[in-house]
Amino acid sequence: MFHGFAFEDVTFETNGVSVLRSVNVRIPAQGITVIAGPSGSGKSTLLRMGNRLEVPTSGRVLLDEVDTATVDPLALRRRCGMVFQHPVRFGGTTADNLRVAMPSASDDACRAVLGRVGLGDELLNRRADDLSGGEAQRMCIARTLLTEPEILLCDEATSALDVDARSAIEELVVSLAEAGTAVVWVTHNLQQAERLADRVVVMIDGEVAASEVAERCLADATFEDVSRRGDD
Amino acid sequence: MGTTDIGWVGLAASTVLLVVGVGVSFWRGLGLERSIVWASLRAGVQLLAVGVALSLVLEPGRPAALALAWVVAMVLFAAITVRNRAPEVPHAFSIALGAQAAVATVSLTVIFGLGIFPFEARAIVPLAGMMIGNSMTSTIVAARRVVGELREKRSEVEARLALGHNWSMASRPYVREALRTAMIPQIESTKSVGLVFLPGAMTGLILAGVDPKTAVLVQLAIMYLVLGSVATSVTVVGIALTRKLFTSDHRLVALDRPRQ
Repeated sequence: MFHGFAFEDVTFETNGVSVLRSVNVRIPAQGITVIAGPSGSGKSTLLRMGNRLEVPTSGRVLLDEVDTATVDPLALRRRCGMVFQHPVRFGGTTADNLRVAMPSASDDACRAVLGRVGLGDELLNRRADDLSGGEAQRMCIARTLLTEPEILLCDEATSALDVDARSAIEELVVSLAEAGTAVVWVTHNLQQAERLADRVVVMIDGEVAASEVAERCLADATFEDVSRRGDD
Repeated sequence: MGTTDIGWVGLAASTVLLVVGVGVSFWRGLGLERSIVWASLRAGVQLLAVGVALSLVLEPGRPAALALAWVVAMVLFAAITVRNRAPEVPHAFSIALGAQAAVATVSLTVIFGLGIFPFEARAIVPLAGMMIGNSMTSTIVAARRVVGELREKRSEVEARLALGHNWSMASRPYVREALRTAMIPQIESTKSVGLVFLPGAMTGLILAGVDPKTAVLVQLAIMYLVLGSVATSVTVVGIALTRKLFTSDHRLVALDRPRQ
């Protein structure tokens, strides 16, 4: 059995615009898979289909060979947690924000999950609005981890952050992947793909241009280079 | 001529203030002259037509069913008005129809079921008009604010959905805020009644020569009923509209911006 996502002939249209065109790709629930592509290539839409915030216009999205259209979407979303481009802060303290994911979480459970993302106990009672961008994004990852997802879907999760915060979050997702949480990471930055990816899916104009194990250097490549290599 | 029978001459005299309004608009270059004249003419024609129709419905001996048919028409027109004034709200007509029907049913059941007013055409039509008219305004505000809040806070709503919240949990803080916004004007006007303004029913009764204490009791009963009607309509809108804004698999639908 294939363990992970399988996108089968997936198309997506909105307002008459074709965003995804006949996408066929497999993403294993293991390590870090980076979906890379320029703006408007459909990579975020593909990711959002992973936890059913979007659904295909046609085609199927399967997880562990089960059509996600046939499973409870709420259970699917807890299985496949999502981290967004801009950290989403709800009102109140860090603890209040964490308890949006799990209202019954004790202070100890909140401290433990903050520890997993490299944040100290002292932030637990700090107002979420007072956290830096990097701290807030790590709090968002911690909040998602409270639901104990098998797969973490990250949509340009560092593109709104400075270099230091970006590095800290990259180290965090690598450690999460090593600890067994699969990560699907969307980025428009090939250098970041090079740093993170065990496997790369390159999207251009709503199509999969290349899908390969990331064993060759991407750092100096362009999306077109990777696309041409995919055709080899 | 009685206190309340102002006659055509009295009506003509009241238009002096319209002339003042038109004059101010012209003097300050507001460009509202045509709007003031058109609104006044339209109100005149509408109310005179309603007056003629009402006199037929309220004539002694007419069946109460005729008054109830009038209420049904009011519910229908209120729903059409909501749809026209909140075009960005999906399913505005059907939701407003449900909300106004609930208001009419609940308020008239309480009013006549508990014997607050006698069950007769003369009471049914104006009371239903007050309940539906006030709750229609709240319905418009509630519907527009629910859509506006969920559109503006889309990223927060989707973050909650992504954590496994169902549509109701994911939307609750934002819908609650929208419904508060819709109810607050009615609560504020209830709080300031008597201090800032004398409400219409009471003014009408006093002008008609009714003892002020009796007029106050009638007005208080009406105000409590209006507040209940507003709460009813806002609740129906909150539940029904929010459900329509999410798919069966708990996704927030695309929401239009209001036309400028």
